Amino acid sequence: MRPPTPSQTVGPFFGYALPFPGGGDLVPPGHPRAITVHGAVLDGAGQPIPDALLEFWQADPAGGLAGAPGSMRRDPVTGSFAGRSGVGFTGFGRVATDADGHWTLRTLPPGPAAPGALPYISVCVFARGLLHHLYTRVYLEDGAGDPLLDSLDPDRRATLIARPEQDGAYRFDIHLQGSEETVFLDFG
Amino acid sequence: MSTNPPTPEPQAVIDAEMARVQAEAEKAHADGAPEELQPRRDYPPYRSSVLRHPKRPLVAAPEAFTELRGPVFGVTDVTELDSDLTRQHHGEPLGERIVVTGRVLDRDGRPVRGQLVEIWQANASGRYAHKGDQHPAPLDPNFTGAGRCLTDDEGRYTFTSIKPGAYPWRNHLNAWRPAHIHFSLFGTAFTQRLVTQMYFPNDPLFPYDPIFNSITDERARQRLISTYDHDLSSPEWSLGYRWDIVLDGPSATWMEEGR
Repeated sequence: MRPPTPSQTVGPFFGYALPFPGGGDLVPPGHPRAITVHGAVLDGAGQPIPDALLEFWQADPAGGLAGAPGSMRRDPVTGSFAGRSGVGFTGFGRVATDADGHWTLRTLPPGPAAPGALPYISVCVFARGLLHHLYTRVYLEDGAGDPLLDSLDPDRRATLIARPEQDGAYRFDIHLQGSEETVFLDFG
Repeated sequence: MSTNPPTPEPQAVIDAEMARVQAEAEKAHADGAPEELQPRRDYPPYRSSVLRHPKRPLVAAPEAFTELRGPVFGVTDVTELDSDLTRQHHGEPLGERIVVTGRVLDRDGRPVRGQLVEIWQANASGRYAHKGDQHPAPLDPNFTGAGRCLTDDEGRYTFTSIKPGAYPWRNHLNAWRPAHIHFSLFGTAFTQRLVTQMYFPNDPLFPYDPIFNSITDERARQRLISTYDHDLSSPEWSLGYRWDIVLDGPSATWMEEGR
């Protein structure tokens, strides 16, 4: 096995390079089946983190994980971002937190990635001050039989379950540290 | 009521902290701890890390159906000019023109093909095209400093750019980052995601930088430093740097073979 190239922090200045218009809109605004998942990224003092970058990767509503290109589709004439075509589902989102440490994702509910599995959205967290990215998951609802959730104490388990709000919205805060610290994952 | 900002700490305080962590890590390794291949998330000399790292251990994921796959990108997501950062404006940027190239591999040494590589960097004066960077060095109207490409069938990427300058930051008094290019990479699995920084050989700022030294293993640190390659330099045009990248984390293929 080759030794990996080490990670380094994304730093404070990624904002003109990595985020792209519509990065958090996996479906067009007004899509009848769209859900909104949103929340804050918070530090160990409970303060919002305004320079975090979140990436989301998920199955389509049928559980398919093939993805599709075109998340960053470009206009070849101007070089600007043309937005997703709306045909097919890329399964990928990228959102920088705003000045209030807040992010918003509009997407379709993921289907089960394996028969009987509980659906989830995978999240990768980058931030100034974070030297190596972190993975977590947004489960839109709790349920039995998920091997990860079932391995956790109730208070830890709760950090991975989004809280339903009105009109198809879900709240999911990410605490990098502190008493409500989110469960972060290791894939070996 | 306003309070005065704290007096910035001198470099010597940061140096002493870095030396202490380094000595502890070397002793732990000598006593049988595995090599630390990645930076420490908890690295106090980098002050911003203090409140931005989890204190509980990571939880081993018992399955990773979703994370062993990943997003896909294609020719619609990049344009031809994206890999040449010197041709994004009407005029030529100031600075030392460079070509940076290398291969992206997985931990088994297989090329990572057709995946997205993104870079961003400061200009030759050490200034980012970002409102948050108020370093009093000139912005270059002919340089933004962001690029993208897809790796080819051998996992190769190539960018043409300008050598970035060192720049000051406010971790402590007289803190300067060694010149670097930020890299963002995707593998075939979301677990292989990597954001890192490529450095240039023989930078005198390495010993003073807590971000670079958050990687306590000397050999691991060296993996972030590109190599000057004279054969890659072009006469009367550009200097060449080579930097190969190995993505960490299990890949989908690895899991399929492991079943």
